[in-house]
Order: sequence, then structure tokens, then C-alpha cells
Amino acid sequence: MLVYIIRRIMQAAFVIVVMSVLVYVGIFLVGSPVDILINPEMSEAEMEAVTKALGLDRPIWEQYFIFVGNALQGDMGKSFVFGQSAIKLIVERIPATMELAIISIIISLVIGIPLGMYAGLRPDSVGGRSIMAGSILGFSLPNFWVGLMLIMFFAVMVGWLPAAGRGPTVDVLGIDVSFLSLEGLKHLILPAITLALSKTALVVRLARAGVREVLPMDYIKFARAKGLPRRRVVSVHVLKNIMIPIVTVTGLELGSVVAFAVVTETVFAWPGMGKLLIDSIGNLDRPVVVAYLMQIVFLLVVLNLIVDVLYSILDPRVRLQEQKA
Amino acid sequence: MTDTALQSQGAETGQGGSLLRRFAAEFAESKLALVGLVGFAIIVFIALFAPFVAPQDPYDLASLDIFDVRLPPGSVGQETGITYWLGTDAQGRDMLSAIMYGLRVSLFVGAVSAVVSLIIGAAVGLTAAYFGGRVDSIIMRIVDIQLSFPAILVALILLSILGQGVDKVLIALVIVQWAYYARTARGSALVERNREYVEAATCLGLGHGRIMFRHIMPNCMPPLIVIVTIQVADAIALEATLSFLGVGVPVTEPSLGLLISTGFDYLLSGKYWISVFPGVALALAIVSINLVGDQLRDVLNPRLKR
Repeated sequence: MLVYIIRRIMQAAFVIVVMSVLVYVGIFLVGSPVDILINPEMSEAEMEAVTKALGLDRPIWEQYFIFVGNALQGDMGKSFVFGQSAIKLIVERIPATMELAIISIIISLVIGIPLGMYAGLRPDSVGGRSIMAGSILGFSLPNFWVGLMLIMFFAVMVGWLPAAGRGPTVDVLGIDVSFLSLEGLKHLILPAITLALSKTALVVRLARAGVREVLPMDYIKFARAKGLPRRRVVSVHVLKNIMIPIVTVTGLELGSVVAFAVVTETVFAWPGMGKLLIDSIGNLDRPVVVAYLMQIVFLLVVLNLIVDVLYSILDPRVRLQEQKA
Repeated sequence: MTDTALQSQGAETGQGGSLLRRFAAEFAESKLALVGLVGFAIIVFIALFAPFVAPQDPYDLASLDIFDVRLPPGSVGQETGITYWLGTDAQGRDMLSAIMYGLRVSLFVGAVSAVVSLIIGAAVGLTAAYFGGRVDSIIMRIVDIQLSFPAILVALILLSILGQGVDKVLIALVIVQWAYYARTARGSALVERNREYVEAATCLGLGHGRIMFRHIMPNCMPPLIVIVTIQVADAIALEATLSFLGVGVPVTEPSLGLLISTGFDYLLSGKYWISVFPGVALALAIVSINLVGDQLRDVLNPRLKR
């Protein structure tokens, strides 16, 4: 058991190292940031001074090791544009993105599970079929397109909801959240629905497949034979048993929701990490891009690690198979 | 295998013509899939023949009239005399023509990236399954790691490194997508590799390459075909997203995503047509391909055979 966990942690560390090299070297190949930071009237000497001050005159591997050394101390360099610590810029925006991501996941579960269960219980009904057809739409329509249509309808045509930005925030235990005020909620709802849509489709499919699998089981027949009301069989016996895959996949999908928040935040001008990333790519603000990518790589790897380890605890076959290979 | 199963298998392999007809009949069972197929055919037709069916050449600056900028749908150009059924954009381009040409770029990117990643992914997946052992575990580890990162993120990193351009978008999409094909190809090749016909081919002394690509691969195609249709739609959506974010195709060759992106600036001022109509075209393309893919999966899946 311990051997398996140690091996998985080493593997995760290896992936993080490889990704850091790829990201750093890759981003380094993008044009020199000095070009956009200086104004054309600067003299050669001034330009050199700027280059030197940013440490860009050193060879790339030296820059990489300086970067790793600093990164381990929680310093990923200063933003070329804002002049602040890149990590600080990102950390400041984490609450906005996480709020959006978590609300979206809640929406997708609250809407997806009942719809999926209905489709699983009545697979041939008109409702069940429409839900499944709808889930194809949810899967396939691009995130930004959905956001655009929602803005088009709710902000431009009927004017009920704001099209952009984050509403006023309330400080809860040092974290700014916006869902506690009406104005904040109004700003939150469209981006959250946009981000939730594809995950809702996923939850619908998982719930439906789960119900179809669980229904023919003996314990369901037994519960029915005991004379339990249908409502109780569905809401206790079926629901409990389909939750395992749904919870696992939802946990794994958190990383992908944060990644897709890049698109949603850009559409709705939501001041989170994703919008910062897109702005920074546009500005060639290298430290911020590298810091964001490293942070999300870290998040994804850790999420995968946690899920894998939990799985190996729950299902010993996983780690035994691994040891054999 | 039971007698009836043997019989039905005999019927399937008996005549090539009836197999195809049966396939068509099964596909046509879903009305929705037929609608998707028709939609897909229309879209491919428009994309292929855009220069002949479009009222205007949106790339030809001489044919544009600066007085026709941002006209609502149904207006008639003063100098050009063209009726702009879907309005015009900020450069005075006819939206209908721009959408037809944009569809071309989008479909081209989707189809080419899907085919290239199919070839790479199938070859890698087959190699992994055929040789097994160390080769297999190394390849599949790489695939697993790649698939644990969201496609949009990988593509975004790659394009921020590579820069803009249709060719660069293609490279990014292939790098993002090959792993799906590799996993699928490996899965079905693992089953096939233990079949007797592979053993027979090995006994005949045929080379590894020949057995892999001439004997095993044709039998792995059905699931791969399903993945291709779904991945084409995914690639189109991903390309549109990247172009929307400003890291995709260049302004000179606007895809649907880029058209939506440029129109987005005018959406809030009520000039909806610049953004919404390319959006509708994009949605129709993606949904019709997905409907076809969904039905193909049901028809080609032997587990669901009635």
C-alpha cells in the first residue's frame, strides 16, 4: 500500500518537473517581452538595462534553475506588466475562479442527477429521450457559444441580468465571495450556468448509466419485494449506489472546470485567473503565464493523485495490477 | 457461441452488399440521425463550393463597400446591389458569404486534424497493443498523463507558444487529440491480437508491420470511425474557442469562431447579427456531426445489436 502511494507520488512529482521544463522552455520561445515593455524612444543602453534587470540576458537553463529555486520558495517572478509578484496576482484571483467553478459544479449536480435518474428510470419515454438528446447539445456546444447566447438573451434582449463583470463581494473569513448579495448573484448566474452546462450533460449521462446498471440488481428487487414505496427505493437505494461514480468524476472534473473557466471568464469579463491568463498571453507577460500554468498543472496532478490513491484504498485490484506491470 | 449467433454472423459476412444495406437501414432508424446526416451533407456542400454559392467573395477587398458597414439583415447594398440576407459586418462584408467561407476554414481544420491524429494515434495504439510489455506501459503512461490535462488548456499553452496560424492550430489540435485515438485503437487491438487469424498470420512468417496494419487494423476500425466523427465536431468547437480567445486562426482567414469573436464587440450595442449568425452556423455544424456520430456508435456497437 505504502509502496504504491510512494510510487504514485514520485510519478506525480516527475510529471510536474517535466511539465515545468516544457512550459518554461516553451514560453521562453515566445518573442522577447522587452520589445513590448520598452517605448521606441529608449536608447540601446536603457534597453540593455531593462533586459538585465529582468534577468533575460542569462542563458535559458540558468534562468530555468533560478526560476525553480525561486518557485520552491513561493516566488514565480514579477509580472512584467503589473510589476507585482506573479503568484500574488494569481492568488488574488483564485476566490473569483473557485467561486465560479464550485457554483457550476453544484448546479450541474443539482440539475444533472434528477434529470439523469429520470432518463434512466424511463429510458423510452419522450422525456427521457429528450433529456438524452439535450445532453448531446450540452456536450457538444462550445462553452463560449453558450455564454454568448445567454448574454444575447438575458442581457441584451430582455435586460434582466448584467452581461459582464463580478458584482459586489462580501468578505467571509477573509475570502471575497459574491453569491451573498443579490447584485453579486445576478452577475454570477450567467457565467455559472455557462460553465455548468457541459458538466451537467456529463452528470446526466453518468446518472442514467448508473440507474440502468443498478435497477436490475437483486437488492433493488428485494427492496421492492419488501413493499417499500417506489419513491424510497429510488431516492435511497438507487441514488446512493449511483453516487460513487458521479462523485469520483466530479472530483476529477474540478480541474477541467477551472481550465474551462478561462473561456467563460473571458466571455463574461469575470475577474478570475483565467481572464488573467488570456490577458497575460496577449501581453506576453511571461511570469504570469508560467505561474498560472504551473499552478494549474499542480492542481490537476494533485487531483489525479488523490483520486488514484483513494481508488487504490477502495479497490485493491488497482494497486495489485500496477505492481505486476 | 450459440447456433443463432453463428447464423447471424454467417448472414453478416455472407454478402457485402446486404451488409451495407443493413447498416444503412439501421442508421436510418433514428429520424434525428437522418436530420443530422442531411444537415452535415448541406454543410459539407457549402464548405466545398463556397466560392460558387456565396453571393460575395469576402476576401476580395475590392468587392466590399465601406458604406455598407454593419447593415442589419435584409438590407440591400447601395453600390454592390447585393441583398445582405444576414446583414454585414464591421468591414462591410456580407455575413452570409463570410459564414460560408468561415465554415470552410472550420471544417478544413476539423477534418484534417481528425485524420492526422487518427493516423498517428492508431499507429501508436496498435504498436502498444501488439508489442505489449514495456512498450505498452510507457506509451499508455504518456497517453494517461496527456488525457489528465484538459484539451483546451493544452491547446492554449501550445498556441501561446506557437503563435497564430491555421497550420499552428492544426499542430495543436493533433497534439491534443492523438491520445484519444491511441487509447481506443489499443483497446480494440488488444482483443484482436489474441484472435486465431493473428496467430495464423504469425505462423506464416509475416512481418510485424504487415500483421499490425493489414490484419489487425481493419478489424479495429469501427470504434475508431465513431471517435473520428465525434472528434471532428470537438476539433471544430475547440478551434472556434481558441479563435474566439484570440490565439487561433489569423484575421485573414476567419473561421466561424473568429467571426463570432469580432462580432462579440457589437453584440451589446444590439447589432446581434455579426455574432449570432456565425454562432448558429457553428452550432448547426457541431450538432449535426454529433447526431451522426451518436447513431454511428449505436449501430457499430456489437453489444447493442438486437
